[in-house]
Amino acid sequence: YASLYFCCAIEEQDNELITLEVIHRFVELLDKYFGSVCELDIIFNFEKAYFILDEFLMGGEIQDTSKKSVLKAIEQADLLQEEDESPRSVLEEMGLA
Amino acid sequence: MIRHFYRAMSPSVPLQEMIRAIRSARTQCEERGVIQRECAAIRAQFRQTDNGGRSHNLAKLLYVHMLGYPAHFGQMECVRMIGSSRYSEKRVGYLGAMMLLDEKQDASLLITNSIKNDLSHSNQHVQSLALCTLACMGSAEMSRDLAPEINRLLRSSNSYIKKKAALCAVHIVRKVQDLGELFVPSAHSLLSEKNHGVLHGTVVLITELCERSPGALERFRKTVPDLVQIMKGLVISGYSPDHDVAGVSDPFLQVRILRLLRILGRNNEAASDAMNDLLAQVATNTDSTKTVGNAVLYETVLTVLDIKSESGLRVLAVNILGRFLLNNDRNIRYIAMTSLQKIVATDHNAVQRHRGTIVDCLKDQDASVKRRALELSLALVSASNIRSMMKELLIFLSSCPPELRAQAASGIFNAGERYAPSQRWHIDTILHVLTTAGGDVRDETVPNLIQLITNTSELHCYTVHKLYRALLTDISQQPLVQVACWCIGEYGDLLLKGECQETEAVQVTEDDVLDALEIVLQSHMSTPTTRGFALTATMKLSTRITDNVDRIRSIVSIYGSCIDVELQQRAVEYNALFKKYDHMRAAVLERMPVIQKNSLGQTNGEVSEETIKETQLAKVRQDETPQQPAGQVCDLLDLLGGSQEPLQPSSLLGDPALTQPTTALTSAGGDLLDLLGGLEPSPLTPAPTVTVYEKNGVTLTLSCEQQSDSGLTITLTASNSTDSDISNFTLQAAVPKSVQLQMRSPSRDSLPARGAAKLTQLVVLNNPNKVNLKMRIRVSYTSQGSVIQDTVQVDSFPGLSAAGL
Repeated sequence: YASLYFCCAIEEQDNELITLEVIHRFVELLDKYFGSVCELDIIFNFEKAYFILDEFLMGGEIQDTSKKSVLKAIEQADLLQEEDESPRSVLEEMGLA
Repeated sequence: MIRHFYRAMSPSVPLQEMIRAIRSARTQCEERGVIQRECAAIRAQFRQTDNGGRSHNLAKLLYVHMLGYPAHFGQMECVRMIGSSRYSEKRVGYLGAMMLLDEKQDASLLITNSIKNDLSHSNQHVQSLALCTLACMGSAEMSRDLAPEINRLLRSSNSYIKKKAALCAVHIVRKVQDLGELFVPSAHSLLSEKNHGVLHGTVVLITELCERSPGALERFRKTVPDLVQIMKGLVISGYSPDHDVAGVSDPFLQVRILRLLRILGRNNEAASDAMNDLLAQVATNTDSTKTVGNAVLYETVLTVLDIKSESGLRVLAVNILGRFLLNNDRNIRYIAMTSLQKIVATDHNAVQRHRGTIVDCLKDQDASVKRRALELSLALVSASNIRSMMKELLIFLSSCPPELRAQAASGIFNAGERYAPSQRWHIDTILHVLTTAGGDVRDETVPNLIQLITNTSELHCYTVHKLYRALLTDISQQPLVQVACWCIGEYGDLLLKGECQETEAVQVTEDDVLDALEIVLQSHMSTPTTRGFALTATMKLSTRITDNVDRIRSIVSIYGSCIDVELQQRAVEYNALFKKYDHMRAAVLERMPVIQKNSLGQTNGEVSEETIKETQLAKVRQDETPQQPAGQVCDLLDLLGGSQEPLQPSSLLGDPALTQPTTALTSAGGDLLDLLGGLEPSPLTPAPTVTVYEKNGVTLTLSCEQQSDSGLTITLTASNSTDSDISNFTLQAAVPKSVQLQMRSPSRDSLPARGAAKLTQLVVLNNPNKVNLKMRIRVSYTSQGSVIQDTVQVDSFPGLSAAGL
């Protein structure tokens, strides 16, 4: 995965092969979000990587098996955050905050 | 299509600047400096109450935490941020709680209330944050507190919330098992959901409930038909773009359902029947060219093997594992072997079919694959494949990674002990292991090998020649050197004689032998134990050689002042033997009797050598009472008592517990040799034979020949008159308590059809008390796929006088 390495701990009764698929799905999500994800994307935006992870897995289990559904939820959350922050950032840009 | 949010949502500039600053530090020291400065700034910011950049601040702290630096001072800030009304602050606050807080931190209690409030927030994304945090770090207390709320959310109309609530419930059940009961009704009703996310979470929840509560398990077993329906829908349905992964429809959900079915079908015939067809369908229809298909197949196989499935389905499952073994992907080969290991005991024959592939995996590059292949190969060794398997295992041993050597060596020894086709093969195998991996064998190997060698009297000459040659090549492998020294000491006379039946003769002079032993004594590679062996061997040779006794005398006296106390003691004692007790020397150093396995099994080489030495140096000892063999064996010998204990499987080398007990160490040593010598396998004599067993086309005849006053050789001959071969043919025998029995290796272990070849096995008896001789023989063989066992009792022996031996 273009210099990205993943380490996943599972229990004895878990299916190793499906875990590989889970990792693959997570990389696909990151890829879609960052546009050809690479190491630096994750380093400089680690909190966003976490937000994506939290939308995909919870308590160690998959929340939604549809890629589209997960990406949509992230988009909506980001939108909510943006609306929340935007008054402030406009002022900042104007140098008035 | 999702917009590229990297620009739309402003990146946290302060955060990124800090990250850049940290990464540009060139040394650890510089980095620490940067971090310290940043943390001080962060702390200052935390103290300011009204602060626009709070979320950036906390994010910075989290980055520092990820690098491994202390960040506990941020805990209260997390609590504060979670309580904020702004989503951006809540988001980072909750993330901080998940990273910095756990049950052990006091601050974690403070967020319970915030979570409770946020669970009923009007915005689903806020609810989602609360659910996620609870599922990540919720303590038992928090779980108890919030469980009713979660249960309410399970019945929400919003799928987004329902799916998260289900996984939150999973966490709660894991933390507080009793709360599971609360969720059972909701879980049941959620099974009819169409949304895959909710369905997936529900299946996980039900799995968790069933694993922890037998009551729940009973209840959910009734849902098997519903689950089967859902699976069928996934497997048969056409392409569903939302959930398709490389042609498999929602593999994640399929795998979870299969796992739940496994739990529901375990130990339950009815449930297993209900899912039989579905499993067969999944196993045959799933595309196995990609990993995702194999993931589903793998789960299917695990399920089939764990429930009460039909034999046809089981065979299908094992065949899938066999296909996995041939897959190019190493991961798939690895998990196939892991699964086969679990079933090798129960479905042995099915796994045997794939033995070739498994043995090939021994040559794989990857160490984990090698390890699995080794374990599985050892489990698959049997009497019929021992020769070929051992070849492969020995090749493996010579090139295997060091961490596997000990396991491989001990596995090889066990296999050899159980299935050795002949004693010479056995000794050769052990010698091979000692030369390749001598440093990794266990301590008991040396006494075990010595005991084995003494038992194989006809191979003494061969063994000592072979060991001598090995000693000349390499003296670094201590166990090998120890055994070699011992043998040279014991059988040095055979070595010097020069002629040997089994191997080419080598002219060895007395000086050569003493040179070899001296090299061992003086080498820096020899451990003290080894040198002890060498010294004792040198001493023993004093009675077996004729010309160089003086040389031995001088060696022994030199070591009388050796620094090593053990060696010094030995040398001094041997010196004494030369000087004061020279008349006893011959008796003390004569050939040793056959060693009992029991007495050597528990001690390591050093101590047993001590014991042997002590018995040697003692003067005339009383007859040792023969050691009582294990209770079980005792019972089976008690034919007159008539107990029906099952016979212990006698090893092909003869039951060691029943070998000659240690007798008095008088000059009866000579007689002992004669007794051993007199028991060479005798050719089939035209002595009177009697048929003792005739059934299923198998005929077993018995003939006997008196060898001495109390010694008797019995020859058992078996033949097969049916049209199909008979395999795994073994004989076991039991005799009355006071009679000593030794079974020699059979000539073969199978009976070809139509009497093409016969099987003979010798049984050597010694009846010193001249009791009435009886023998119980157990015959065991495989004919046309079924295992047959029979027992016969022989009360009269042809060729013996009516008065008995």
